[in-house]
Order: sequence, then structure tokens, then C-alpha cells
Amino acid sequence: MEVLTAVLMLAGGMFCLVAAVGMLRLPDTIIRMHAATKAGSLGAGLMFLALASYYLDLSTTLRAVAAIFFLLITAPVAAHLIGRAAYCTRVRLWDRTRIDELAYTCDWSGPEDGEEEG
Amino acid sequence: MGVESELVRIAGHITLVLLTLAILIAFVRLAIGPDQADRIVALDLISVLIVAYLAVLSIHTGQRAYLDVAIAYALIAFLGTVALARFRERLAKERGGREDTDEEGK
Repeated sequence: MEVLTAVLMLAGGMFCLVAAVGMLRLPDTIIRMHAATKAGSLGAGLMFLALASYYLDLSTTLRAVAAIFFLLITAPVAAHLIGRAAYCTRVRLWDRTRIDELAYTCDWSGPEDGEEEG
Repeated sequence: MGVESELVRIAGHITLVLLTLAILIAFVRLAIGPDQADRIVALDLISVLIVAYLAVLSIHTGQRAYLDVAIAYALIAFLGTVALARFRERLAKERGGREDTDEEGK
């Protein structure tokens, strides 16, 4: 079980490092969110799995599972909000981006359109 | 009170070094990010990395209380990210959203 803990911890550390390197190296904001959200969540989730496999009792395992569940729930929501904010403020896309499926669907009718949808 | 197993101790050391490097690299993007959205993404990644760091610290020091700290920190960091993203969107909306906002810096 200690071997499993060590392997999970090291794998999580490698994924977190890969997420940070991708954050530095990838070419635009939307592509950088790909590295930050997915690899970062996987790295943190592996850390919690290592924690559960290290202590091996019920309450710690339940809290670790709850933490993983919370990470997996909140990461897409945060990424969606950041991505929408970035796209709708016309962040500069990569010059090799070809397919722009969203294509300015943000409803910018001006500053007077009041409430935005949730 | 430390950990008993030598293997877990060494792996914990290596993982803490890797996470520190990752936080430093993400901090570079936070500093040089050309747009405000880049900085928000970098802050989000840094908060996730800090949650992972707290989980490893719980193994490394043998204190289970760090797990509760990690859960509470993840909750607060999510609220902060949502607040920053909505603030950025509303700020651009109040400006009409038509102009190119690439050149504005903080």
C-alpha cells in the first residue's frame, strides 16, 4: 500500500508539473485553459487518492472522495466561466485557429441590456 | 510526527519539489500574461496546485487536519475564480465589448 501511495503521489506531481509547463508554453488563453483545467484537476485528484490509500480509514477516505467530487464538479464550471469571459472580451486567438464554432454568439447589444443570463 | 515509511517520505519530498516548481512556473504566467483572462486562468491553476500541495503535506506530516484545510481552500478558490471571471465579463460589457481589449494591462 505504501508503494501505491508513493506511485500515486509521484504521478500527481508529474501531472501538476505538466499542467504548469503547458500553462507557460501553449499559445493562447483558450488553449492554456485546456492544460490548466484538465491536467491540474487530474493531478490534484491523484493526490487525494494517494491520501486515501495512505490513511486507509473510513472518514479520511470519505473526505478525500468528497474533495475529488468537489474538484470534478467545480473545475468545468470555473473553466466555462473563464472561457466565456475570455471569448466574449475578444481575447486574441492563436493565428493557426481555423474553426471558430462559437463565432461571436455573445450577445453584445451594448451596455444597456441590463441583466445577463445565468 | 512524521511518516514511518521511508519510501513514502522520499516520494513526498520529490512531490513537494515538483509542486513547488509547478507553482513557480504558473506564477511566471501570472506575471507575464498578456491579457487579464490569462491571469485569471493562472490564478485558477495556482489554487488547484495549492490544494494538491495541501494533500501531499497531509501525507508528509501525518496531520489529517490538512485534508480539511484542502477542502475549505478548494471551496474558497472556486468562489474567487467565479467572482474574477464574472467581474472581467461585466467590465467588458460595460465598455460595450466592441473594442479590442488586448492592449490594456493592469
